[in-house]
Amino acid sequence: MSTPTLPPGLAIQKADERIMTLNVGPQHPGSGHMRIIVQIDGDYIVACDPDPGYVHRGEEKMAEYRNYVLNIPHLERPVIHDSCNILYPYVLGVEELLGLEVSERAKYVRVIASELNRCVYTMYWLAIYGIFLGHSTMFMWPAGDRELLIDLLEKMTGARVTHSYFIPGGIRNDLPANFEDVCLRQVNYFEKRIKEYADIFYDNPILISRTEKTGILTRENAIRLGTTGSVLRASGIDYDVRKKEPYDVYDELDFQTNVLKSGDSYARSKIPWLDMMESCRIIRDALQKMPKSGSVRVKLKPNPKGAIGSVYKRVESGRGALGCYIVSDKKAEPYRVKLSVPSFRNLIALPHLLIGEKLGNMPSVYWSLNYWPVEADR
Amino acid sequence: MSAESEKETVEKKTENPKPTADKNPKKPDVVPPTAKKTIPPKVATKEEPELPAFEKGIGDKITEKFGEKTTITFVKPDRVGIKVGRENIHEVAEFARDVLNYDHVDSVAGVDYPADKEIEVVYHLSSYTDPSLSRQILEIATRAQREEDPIPGNDATKLPSLRDIFYSVEFHEREVFEMLGVFFEGHPDNRRLLLPEDWADLPPLRKDFRNKGR
Repeated sequence: MSTPTLPPGLAIQKADERIMTLNVGPQHPGSGHMRIIVQIDGDYIVACDPDPGYVHRGEEKMAEYRNYVLNIPHLERPVIHDSCNILYPYVLGVEELLGLEVSERAKYVRVIASELNRCVYTMYWLAIYGIFLGHSTMFMWPAGDRELLIDLLEKMTGARVTHSYFIPGGIRNDLPANFEDVCLRQVNYFEKRIKEYADIFYDNPILISRTEKTGILTRENAIRLGTTGSVLRASGIDYDVRKKEPYDVYDELDFQTNVLKSGDSYARSKIPWLDMMESCRIIRDALQKMPKSGSVRVKLKPNPKGAIGSVYKRVESGRGALGCYIVSDKKAEPYRVKLSVPSFRNLIALPHLLIGEKLGNMPSVYWSLNYWPVEADR
Repeated sequence: MSAESEKETVEKKTENPKPTADKNPKKPDVVPPTAKKTIPPKVATKEEPELPAFEKGIGDKITEKFGEKTTITFVKPDRVGIKVGRENIHEVAEFARDVLNYDHVDSVAGVDYPADKEIEVVYHLSSYTDPSLSRQILEIATRAQREEDPIPGNDATKLPSLRDIFYSVEFHEREVFEMLGVFFEGHPDNRRLLLPEDWADLPPLRKDFRNKGR
């Protein structure tokens, strides 16, 4: 093996140099479980090198040792707050490999679970985004309102956070009795609550002055860098996998995608909040159109074996398009599972956003990327 | 590596997925039952067993331009897969960007095939700007020579980088380099990304790297 070269952040700094190298993270609470090596000239960032990998757990390697069903609980670990959505492409892919057909009711329940989970994730992210801008009310409110939906998911799946709810061929168990009414009531209240965030947060002149016109990602760069999700839609590109390549029953549901043009931190932080209102719309619509009874899962053979071939499926998660590439060689275990996660794809934009910014704007730009370090590392 | 021997392995590998692509279901002796199942039932009921026309058009355009240099491995609804030799991957990617309008990569996956002594790198291309391609994924697979005793960066496991064509591959190719030891020639920044700086074992996603206790 070649001798490893030290990353620039670990080199010893000369005292008389004008440019100063600064390690932000991995222990720094403003960076999550990752390190950002920035070089600053006075107050301004002149170079930035993201260094992820501190929570790399080898999920893709682990998936090669377990069969298609046993892979479910550990593959959702990278984003436990969005566990339904990170499993979604994997489950869709396995269904294609095993040739399983999902019942209509299971598809609707999946969509409801996936949208609830998107809101739960976004609320968690919003709480952190708020506290890193020094807005502690914005930490308390989302963290509290999030419980409404966590309770719903607990009723559905039995677990508060790591649900393992989607399985190849449907969902693990049917909805509890009277779920529809409770869900409708909670979601309506939830929507009323998040609309109030406009007054305290999104229309707040302090937030606007801190995030507007900072960390601008142009439309051209958003395409060239292959960004996805809220980052992409904040730069004026209308691309949402739920609309463009509808999976399960998204083509039958009534919703729209939110697009903003400015491409700054403010737009990037606003898109997930607008998306939550669309999620509420989707849930209400799905509750109405869902078949009231019917089976929700097919009986799987023990150790099912996939057909020879490969499959690439993608869904829209809370952060953006999430793809899963599965290669099967007719064994009970997949030959290779690759998760193409939105956090990893959006990370490449960070240097482009930070260079030229003041160091004080770094937390707002970094968190506006909707970045989840554990997911990026897998 | 001669081009002849490589083509042989490519042909061998594609024998199985091929029947899904181009045969009608009236010949059960040609279509293995497992391969037939890979078409998702929902789409199969909507469309006739004919190949999806738009996807076939994409495949035809590539075959027309490059002929023998590329192999169409599968044509499924919304997905087209091609195989390219490493000496042609650059021009095929350039063609995909400039003529077919794919503008970014969704994912770059490395797959180890120790039996073939090769490592496959699969690029999944997608498009934001062309509305007709918004459902489509183009899979370009290419293979690098595999070394039994790898010295990442200093052995024959090398591929041309696509970073000058698709900027978005930058981090993905860095990940493939550290996880499988495929060095991308022309990539400006081939440093480690996720693995620790002092990792001195085999690249962990190779099949001969075993998880402890497994």
